[in-house]
This record gives sequence, structure tokens and C-alpha cells, in this order.
Amino acid sequence: MDYLYAFLVGGGICLVGQILMDTTKLTTPRILVIFVVAGAILTGLGLYEPLVNLAKNGATVPLPGFGYSLAKGAMDGAKEGFLPALAGGLKNTAAGLTAAVVFGYIISLVFSPKSKR
Amino acid sequence: MSKQKQQQQQTKKPKKEVTKQYEQYVKQFTPKPKYFSNSAKAFIVGGLLCMAALYIQNLLIDSGMSEKDAGAIVTVLLVCLAQLLTGLGVFDSLGKFAGAGVFVPITGFANSMVAPAIEYKKEGPVLGVGAKLFSLAGPVLVCGISAGTIIGILYYFMK
Repeated sequence: MDYLYAFLVGGGICLVGQILMDTTKLTTPRILVIFVVAGAILTGLGLYEPLVNLAKNGATVPLPGFGYSLAKGAMDGAKEGFLPALAGGLKNTAAGLTAAVVFGYIISLVFSPKSKR
Repeated sequence: MSKQKQQQQQTKKPKKEVTKQYEQYVKQFTPKPKYFSNSAKAFIVGGLLCMAALYIQNLLIDSGMSEKDAGAIVTVLLVCLAQLLTGLGVFDSLGKFAGAGVFVPITGFANSMVAPAIEYKKEGPVLGVGAKLFSLAGPVLVCGISAGTIIGILYYFMK
């Protein structure tokens, strides 16, 4: 049952992205920004957490899930004090971000640009 | 002078009409995005990607990992896989096929780092690759971290 929800929610979020790409003139980077910020705001309003509990990776793998981790970390930190509120967001996403930067850097140095067919 | 101006005005009006006609002419040949098939592909590919992520996460949890750690490892795996595929030049074709299905999940974020960095490799490892790694990911990080942190601070004061 978990898998069905993951499929439906994850697919649904991508579907929204595709519709935005096709029907508006928004470029892909802007759509990514909108999704991350929307995820953070929905988390702040307490609307994204139920979705994560329902669909698990279906809600955390798409980009709103990145916003969710950032906001969730900051909100969890806020319960302990001001400094943990500042540190919480990045602490929650540190592994993924660091991997993206380091591995991305290595990949970019190793591979050369491919001509577009 | 006045004759020239008149001539210019005369040539200007038809020009606008010509460009309008040309635009209409071009519109006939530009393919309309296939809304339905694009959306279906994005839905199915995105959904499958999330299902696969859940499957791997469940495997890791079964092998005795905490849910939080397993989630982090799944994210790292997806990011590395997407960046490797970008380096190999496969991600482009994937993106053409599935559109938002691969760009909206975290794989799209990973791709948006490597893709410009590789293109600007000629400008050197520091100001080329090092800087361009963030040319698309930078806005996402700046806006995302700002939004998340502001929410956390608001939460701190409202509590």
C-alpha cells in the first residue's frame, strides 16, 4: 500500500511540474525554486508532514521534499533554541548536499561535454 | 526629408503586418506540446522513481538502519546516480523523454549542478567548474534555505 501512495503522490507532484513546464513560460530552474520554496512553506503551515507520513519517499524524493527537510530541520531546532533553529535546516540536508557538491565536482572534472544530438 | 519620412512610414506599416503574418505562419509549423502524453510520461516516470526510492529505503531499514539514515542514503544514491548519468550524457535523453518526471525529483537538482559545470570546463577547475556548479543550483539553495530558515525562526518566536 505504501508503494501505491508513493507512486501516486510522487507522480502527482511531477505531473504538476510538467503542466507548469508546458502551459507557462517558466523555465526549469524557476520551477525548481518554486517547488522547493512551496515545500518549505507547506511544511511551515503543517500541510506537508501528513503527505510525508502517507507517501514517504513519494513526498520526500521530489523537490518539495528538499524544502520540507530544510523547514523541518529548522522547526525541530527551534524547539531547542535560536541557534539550533539556524543550524537545523542545513544539518538535516547536509549529507545529500555534500554528496551533491563533492560528487558533482568530481564528475564534472572527469567527464567532458557531450555534443547534443 | 518629408518624402523620406512618408516613405518610411509607408514601409513601416506593412512591416508590422508582415511580421504578424510571419508569426502566424510559423505558428502553423511549431508543434504544440503534447500535453497529455508529456503529463502521462512525467507522472509514470516520477512515480516509479519514488517507488524505487521507497523500495531501496525499505531494504536498508530491513538491514537494521534507522529510517532517517536510510532516507539520507537513498537521497545520496539518487543524487550520485543522476550526476553520473549526466556526466555520461544519458540524462539529457532521459529528460527529453520524461520531462518533469526526472527534473522535479531530487535527480533534477543533481543534474542542474553538473550540466552547466561540464559545459564550462574550459574556463578552468576553479572559476569554470567550481563556479558553474552553482549557476542553477545556487538560486534553488538560496531561496530554499532562506525560506526554510525564516520559517524556523518564525516558529521559534511564535512558540
